[in-house]
Amino acid sequence: MKLRLTSDAMRLLIPALSMTVLLAAVFWLQPRAMSYFGLNLLLNLAVPIALATIAQMLVMAVNDLDLSIGAFVSFVACVTATFLRDAPLIGTLILAGAVGVYALIGVVIYLRNLPSIVVTLGMSFVWAGLAVLMLPAPGGQAPDWVRWLMTVKPPLMPMAIVASIVIAIVAHLIVMRSSLGVLIRGVGGNQRSVERAGWSIIAARAAAYGLAGLFAVAAGIALVGLTTSADANIALRYTLLSIAGVILGGGEFTGGRVSPIGAVIGALTLTLAGSFLSFLRISPDWQIGAQGAILIIVLALRLVFNRVEKRGARP
Amino acid sequence: MISFGRLAKKPWIWAWIAAFVVWFATIMVTGGASTLGLSQAALTFAAFSIIVGIGQMFVITLGPGNIDLSVPATMTLAGTVALKLMNVDNSMVVPGLLVAVLIGVAVGVGNYALIKALRIPPIIATLSMSFIVQSAAIWTNRGLRIKPPAVLADFTTSSTLGVPNVALVALGLSLIAWVLLEKSVYGRWISAIGQSMAAARMAGIPVDGARFVTYLFCAVLASVAGYLLACFSGGAALNMGAEYLLMSIAVVVIGGTAVAGGDSNVPGIWGASLFMFLVVSMLNTYGIGAGIRLIMTGLIIISVIMLAGGRRTGMR
Repeated sequence: MKLRLTSDAMRLLIPALSMTVLLAAVFWLQPRAMSYFGLNLLLNLAVPIALATIAQMLVMAVNDLDLSIGAFVSFVACVTATFLRDAPLIGTLILAGAVGVYALIGVVIYLRNLPSIVVTLGMSFVWAGLAVLMLPAPGGQAPDWVRWLMTVKPPLMPMAIVASIVIAIVAHLIVMRSSLGVLIRGVGGNQRSVERAGWSIIAARAAAYGLAGLFAVAAGIALVGLTTSADANIALRYTLLSIAGVILGGGEFTGGRVSPIGAVIGALTLTLAGSFLSFLRISPDWQIGAQGAILIIVLALRLVFNRVEKRGARP
Repeated sequence: MISFGRLAKKPWIWAWIAAFVVWFATIMVTGGASTLGLSQAALTFAAFSIIVGIGQMFVITLGPGNIDLSVPATMTLAGTVALKLMNVDNSMVVPGLLVAVLIGVAVGVGNYALIKALRIPPIIATLSMSFIVQSAAIWTNRGLRIKPPAVLADFTTSSTLGVPNVALVALGLSLIAWVLLEKSVYGRWISAIGQSMAAARMAGIPVDGARFVTYLFCAVLASVAGYLLACFSGGAALNMGAEYLLMSIAVVVIGGTAVAGGDSNVPGIWGASLFMFLVVSMLNTYGIGAGIRLIMTGLIIISVIMLAGGRRTGMR
């Protein structure tokens, strides 16, 4: 038991270390960021990304990949900025229905034995179309409670950090500590043996996708709370960011090996990387490229670390 | 009737049937008046998806997790740099193409170096690579829009014997790909790797070499597509590759290639590419707005994969 715990902790070490190094570098370049406001500005855009990353992680836990998260978060943002403000009941129903559709997709992918990449790819068109129907041009307005939630100033720590910690704890409890979480990861690890143990794969997959939908809905609402208005293309880059976040946080594509705390740290790292580069005064042309370079460096570090660890394990 | 039965078992037949149905539904609206125009436009636009789709297909054949996400960035960089080098000069057409191919080679080498040396999953490796390539494209482009040389602009937009030239290029590349896949040892190798990498290695197949060549091939095809697309659309734009990321994956899978790897086919890419373009033009012909059109496109992709899918077990 003790050994397993340490291996989980080991998995988190590299993500945590790379985030700390980046944070230190940002503080060194721009000491003024080391304040309540500075940290909030630095990290508040990480909150929706962290939620989307958790959603992607849940899908990856059952060995699938969700290419529709970006479009779905944009769709939720549009619902939030229109229906959820003007007619909260209808807005809530739409979002609940959307979560239901997510769960349904998880079931259909399993029952028909379809490639998740293509089905979610098709769904991304559907969500994008619905978003365009609602908001053909950028607009809408965030509901007041959402705006309040995202701009509230708790004592001691800025909202962005409080929210990240809450997200990490909630996701950790669901995925790592609850029996449902174990079941979901089990499906990713060895579907057949879970099935033979008498569990319903359909229920597990529906739960994984439904939870993913729920976290993605939260991501969309949080995003609108920050930007105050929405646009049908607002979150398209989240698809790739969320995949990168899961991997940066120590998750893997197959085998149900995921880490919720790592995923949140991964999302924070990606956001910090952007700020770090602008503090470095790198030409904006090269910022995306440098983000790619940081991704490569972190993964290279992980490889080196894993090798050292393996050598240590072999007496 | 025997041949029909055999035909129905081919994985690519569904994409072709779907493309034909949509094509027919579209020309019926206009009473057959647009048959030639529609067919030519479909061949022209499908040609670009076919070229990038073939590259992506070879990568996907390698097995689960093998996807090249750097395709759009490679297209953009190749198109931008080639047009900049040619600088509207007709005599620079061949050097331009060579530079585009060289960019493809560089990206392919980079991709596989990351996958192999750093043991990064291919999706993340090509994603990181695409960030760097995209930055390079932004840096070289600088908002300039250089026109393609007149010869190339003419070549890419005109037809030979009623068939668009870009479609002929795509046909040539498809034939090469078909021979590679069906008739060469290399094709057997990548199918074997896709079915089981461990088994392939034990059978003495040069796994690393074959995978390296595959990523190289995909990147080179993407850069050639970028070169042609930039000339066709009268200049390179930074977002010109964007839609080909999802398109290249969609055409491969709708075309009947197994996402789990180890089983692919070239004709399916053609059927699926034509289908993807025809769906959009059919919905346009019916005068449907952008939102509904997107939703319909998505639903159609899902229906096709549901009809065609579920044949093989072992998909992840």
